[in-house]
Amino acid sequence: MTAVEALVEEQIVYQRPESLLEVPTHYCPGCTHGIAHRIVAEVLDELGVRERTIGVSPVGCSVLAYKYFNMDGAEAAHGRAPAMATGIKRVMPDHVVFTYQGDGDLAAIGIGEIIHTATRGENITTIFINNAIYGMTGGQMAPTTLPGQRTTSSVTGRDVETTGFPIRMAEMLAGMTGSAYVVRRSLHNVKEINRAKQAVRVAFQAQLAGLGFSMVELLSSCPTNWGMSAPEAMKWIEDNMVPYYPLGDYKVADAVQPLLKRK
Amino acid sequence: MAVELLKGNEAIAEAAIRAGLEAYFGYPITPQTEILEHMARRMPDLGRAFIQAESEVASINMVYGAACTGARAMTSSSSPGISLMQEGFSYIACSEVPCVVVDVMRGGPGLGNIDPSQADYFQVTRSAGHGDFHAIVLAPASVQEAIDLMVEAFDLAEKYRTLVFVVADGLLGQMMEPAQLPPMKPVHKNRPDWALTGAVNREPNIITSLELNAPALEEVNLRLQAKLAEIRKHEQRWAELWTDDAKLVVVGYGMSGRIAQTAVKQARREGMKVGLLRPISLWPFPEKRLSTLADQVDAFLVIEMNAGQMVDDVRLSAGGQVPVSFYGRMGGVVPVPEEIYHEITTLYEKLTSGE
Ligand SMILES: Cc1ncc(C[n+]2csc(CCOP(=O)(O)OP(=O)(O)O)c2C)c(N)n1
Ligand code: SF4
Repeated sequence: MTAVEALVEEQIVYQRPESLLEVPTHYCPGCTHGIAHRIVAEVLDELGVRERTIGVSPVGCSVLAYKYFNMDGAEAAHGRAPAMATGIKRVMPDHVVFTYQGDGDLAAIGIGEIIHTATRGENITTIFINNAIYGMTGGQMAPTTLPGQRTTSSVTGRDVETTGFPIRMAEMLAGMTGSAYVVRRSLHNVKEINRAKQAVRVAFQAQLAGLGFSMVELLSSCPTNWGMSAPEAMKWIEDNMVPYYPLGDYKVADAVQPLLKRK
Repeated sequence: MAVELLKGNEAIAEAAIRAGLEAYFGYPITPQTEILEHMARRMPDLGRAFIQAESEVASINMVYGAACTGARAMTSSSSPGISLMQEGFSYIACSEVPCVVVDVMRGGPGLGNIDPSQADYFQVTRSAGHGDFHAIVLAPASVQEAIDLMVEAFDLAEKYRTLVFVVADGLLGQMMEPAQLPPMKPVHKNRPDWALTGAVNREPNIITSLELNAPALEEVNLRLQAKLAEIRKHEQRWAELWTDDAKLVVVGYGMSGRIAQTAVKQARREGMKVGLLRPISLWPFPEKRLSTLADQVDAFLVIEMNAGQMVDDVRLSAGGQVPVSFYGRMGGVVPVPEEIYHEITTLYEKLTSGE
């Protein structure tokens, strides 16, 4: 075998998806934002829709997501990505439109927009990063911060007596009749990452089939603001977040069922 | 097109549709709800986008999204709703997306009332949102002018990639007048090259108002300011009457300009040399014309339905050359021609008493 033939026989088993640009991201070591980006990009590649996808970035650590995805994108005001995505989708119904939002963005300041987008059955997909904290502003309490969890604005641990209880968004949005596919997955180990990717694929397929609102909530890490190493953060998701935010399918509309089987 | 009897709000809505409006998003609020209702009846039938949003915050961000694709998009609201949209205006201004907003002003502050007002002049001309920017602001004084300016608003928004307000008050929104609608234009499907249309055979297009690097954001600001300077140079609009030999010029916009016209006409009948200047673009303010007039006249009298807002612009334009007086009503009270006439005669007597 010549050297050239040997090269030709090489099989690529892993490479950067076309939907991701070849640029360094600003995410901290051990942050799962990067994994979530990659999953979304792989799915868009596999579905062959990169060229007709428009992403809407949030305000939060992923505010620059549009610099990492290799596709048209807009940057919304804090919490308003679902409204912006709605405007885009209504005039570009054949395009794939998604929002990528953190928990402060989606579950606090933008809770009105996401609920109404879901209830309208807006045919968009939302990737919801639940890291139980405000990452970008330096680790304040989020609506998803766990009871007793310490943050810079709940220094002795979240007191539910005065700050209320963490919001379970997947459960809430599953209650909207317009929701077609609403699930929660986690990014804390390889098995869960693979399951998360399958869910992201179904969510986009549901959109392509015009079935209504789809959201994948992803339990994610923020080692920087949790004050942990990357491995500790993964374990913290498994030990503390998963029990409060059970993984599972909260809404799978009848029309979405066939998509689950078709893998 | 035939002349028809049209209600202000409905005429505004229909004019926008005929100008090729592709998407409307809004939330009910008096005194502009007929715009939303007209859109609800017409837009879906035409296969165009219409959503009654959950709030004005959502409406403006839907407009922002739709306009990012190069589609003609608009919303309409009244004072409290406009306040809620201000964050969106600022994002739209920075990312230079053409959007049109109709503001049918009502009495304030707070919930105020639903009566006609011009109390939000500062809001639309000075402080439509955070950051250094201005929107183009057009102020019609009749149903016909509202129709014409609505059509023009979309052209200006696209020409300069900017936010354009068409501002009226409840009086114009609610009244009926004979007017002529423009012919129906189809929505334009050819998208500008900056628009989000999918990155087919090109680099991705990005629409953002974020620039973390200070010198780079200063560049963005310099570009925006240069554009605003162009607009200021080319887009000053006004109407005037009997100014040739005027000693006193009354300045009013929108409905107060129109009411003032009746009073000025009466004064002319009585032989007083009084003229009228009615700004049509509130931003850019017709400062060039005002400052030329300041060389000629002995005084200006500003009429507004507020505590005195545009009067600042008139004073700036007059440059201290002549006195600028003000007469206004507030809280939704509309001045009648008689009270303006009274102001004119009092002032005119003072001006001419030395002669
Ligand atoms: C209107 C407005 N309020 C507040 C902020 C400040 N701010 C920026 S990011 C952020 C929180 C983001 O947290 P989250 O959505 O959880 O995303 P993460 O950074 O954790 O990924 C806040 C409050 C803002 N940019 N705009
Ligand atoms: S602050 Fe937290 S969420 Fe933000 S990039 Fe760092 S680890 Fe990720």
